[in-house]
Amino acid sequence: MNTIADKRTRRHTIAVLVDNEAGVLARVVGLFSGRGYNIESLTVAEVDATAHTSRITVVTSGTPDVIEQIEAQLRRLVPVHRVVNWTTDKPGVEREMALVKVAGQGDKRVEAMRISQVFRARVVDTTHTSFVFEITGGPDKVDNFIDLMRPLGLVDVSRTGVAAISRGPEAM
Amino acid sequence: MDKDGMMNRLAEDVVTLSGAEMVIRALKDQGVAHIFGYPGGAVLPIYDALFAVEGLTHVLCRHEQGAVHAAEGYARSTGKPGVVLVTSGPGATNAVTGLTDALMDSIPLVVLTGQVATHLIGNDAFQECDTVGITRPCTKHNWLVKDVNDLSRVLHEAFQIATTGRPGPVVVDIPKDIQFKKGAYVGPESVSHRTYRPKTEPELGSIVRAIELMAAAERPVFYTGGGIINAGPEASRLLRELVRTTGFPITSTLMGLGAYPASDPQWLGMLGMHGTYEANLAMHDCDVMICLGARFDDRVTGKIDAFSPNSRKIHLDIDAAQINKNVRVDVPIVADAAKALKEMLHFWKTQRRKVNAPALKDWWKQIEEWRGKKSLSYRQSNSVIKPQYAIDRLYELTRDREVFITTEVGQHQMWAAQRFKFEGPNHWMTSGGLGTMGYGLPASIGVQVAHPDALVIDIAGEASVQMTMQEMSTAMQYGLPVKIFILNNQYMGMVRQWQQLLHGGRYSHSYSEALPDFVKMAEAFGCVGLRAEKPGELDDKIREMIDVKRPVLFDCRVDPKENCYPMIYSGAAHNEMVLSDAGDETPEVTEEGKMLV
Repeated sequence: MNTIADKRTRRHTIAVLVDNEAGVLARVVGLFSGRGYNIESLTVAEVDATAHTSRITVVTSGTPDVIEQIEAQLRRLVPVHRVVNWTTDKPGVEREMALVKVAGQGDKRVEAMRISQVFRARVVDTTHTSFVFEITGGPDKVDNFIDLMRPLGLVDVSRTGVAAISRGPEAM
Repeated sequence: MDKDGMMNRLAEDVVTLSGAEMVIRALKDQGVAHIFGYPGGAVLPIYDALFAVEGLTHVLCRHEQGAVHAAEGYARSTGKPGVVLVTSGPGATNAVTGLTDALMDSIPLVVLTGQVATHLIGNDAFQECDTVGITRPCTKHNWLVKDVNDLSRVLHEAFQIATTGRPGPVVVDIPKDIQFKKGAYVGPESVSHRTYRPKTEPELGSIVRAIELMAAAERPVFYTGGGIINAGPEASRLLRELVRTTGFPITSTLMGLGAYPASDPQWLGMLGMHGTYEANLAMHDCDVMICLGARFDDRVTGKIDAFSPNSRKIHLDIDAAQINKNVRVDVPIVADAAKALKEMLHFWKTQRRKVNAPALKDWWKQIEEWRGKKSLSYRQSNSVIKPQYAIDRLYELTRDREVFITTEVGQHQMWAAQRFKFEGPNHWMTSGGLGTMGYGLPASIGVQVAHPDALVIDIAGEASVQMTMQEMSTAMQYGLPVKIFILNNQYMGMVRQWQQLLHGGRYSHSYSEALPDFVKMAEAFGCVGLRAEKPGELDDKIREMIDVKRPVLFDCRVDPKENCYPMIYSGAAHNEMVLSDAGDETPEVTEEGKMLV
């Protein structure tokens, strides 16, 4: 009997360990666009120079069926070593860094500085009329910080996308 | 062996070759006997290395698409990988249709493309294109080789990836300077891919669960696909044993025809959009579905939320991504089909499983009732050749020989699939997933190259066959006596049928007002042209076609208005089949259905 499929869309953070070879990122990104999956954020960097492996962290959203397909399709790619879903497979911690530029003077400038302290953001550049804050945290915290900065003279944002790792002593 | 001896031995094992020589050596080490190709500037060094080589036959096609389809025909009729060699730029882009076709139908191909020299890549050089970029979504994997010392390893990996797991096409793009450079050659035995490990062994727990479901089934049906063919002849043999042991009915997809003999009473015929009434109704009403090497394609399932609503489903596939893709299943088995079938048989026997005989008897009674509808029947004519009649005669007059059938795409393909009775695997080559018009003629050439003495027939349509007609010249050059049997109805028949059924009979651009004279065309190629216009002359002309030992273009003039039935309209369910366009049973196609292809 066909079970009634869960149609609720949820956000998932997926780590993909790949061979660091030419075109591997294009394969992963092409898979998402070619099959109509959504990418909310993507980070990639080499994580082991001797083993030539890179780690891609993708934040995507979909119903459980779609997420199952995404994982299966990723595992099918030849240079993929492992695929782990930090939202369903095992608990992970997620962090993202953002650089947030705020310009303004007077009360707004003071308020921006005060909020940045609440969020434990660091000032990495300053002029008499602007700050660049560095903020690290879960994506929700970064979202909240940016929202609060908006009325205070938000000028520019650069986000790294999510990096994630499992809790506990084990590797991915 | 002492240390010095070992070092000498190692030194002997390392052979220094040019990149072009490595290609030839790797092909030979991989047991390749035939390659299909077309030369050009960026592959000249490889063609030069090929010039005096023995034991490796190059078949010069007339278009790169033809070369790839020929390699597909070769692969499907032998179970061995098809090999293609083409140049950069247009050579590579012309190969794309064939690559996509092979990807959709899981056909193992190794396609070697020339590329401009490494220092020119990205420079918009003459006949440069981003081959690995263009072919990334239409290959199982691809490589651009930028170091000659990687070349032999990549070539061996290419064969491994193309032929194992779920087979598929791969591309190795080789810049011209790499073909000239010298480097170290390694043999296939010393190459093992870093990450690629396809899972082929079934989990026994799921095998046992599958057997339990089968033993308890009251209305079971086997639904098999191309995965059985791809798993090799042993998988077909084991399938037959399992089907006969259980006594269950069996149907198959377009891709799976021949895995189970069509003459067997347990065979229900093909299922799907143009499948038989009994096959589709059995799928709809079954309580246990045993899907082996098929992927619940939209042409098979019809309306997905009305697909086999009351069945428990077992799904065997070598590709884990097929599980739960279109239809949720109860017992997934990710494994090679032959290995899984062997275990299923083993557990069925050792656990002394018995089928539910009384229920099965009732189920067969129901199926016989559906069979009584004779859903493939048609109205015969004395004045005009009905396409169904032409296929029936072709089958009857060739059934005592070893015959390989290829097809183009459209009505003729469906009639061939419905009516030609295949008794064994690897004898039916058709473009299933991609639906590539122009596939059949070059595919027949590839089949004939692999089986020089067999009867190879392309059941074609006059529209499709014009897409790759130039390959008749290839057939002539290599003395390949392929028979191109054209069901000429002057229309793109399936397009015309859909326009009649879904677009109010507005036949927008589906009629070819200026068709070539196929008999004269055959003669221009140096082939034999035959024409049949009346049912009475058909048998003699078909016999003539079979007897002549040269390539034949057979212009079989058929009823231009005949439609292909039975049919499940787009967006309809298996139990909403239409058996003919006579009478008032033709349903309205829903707006939703019209959106579907």
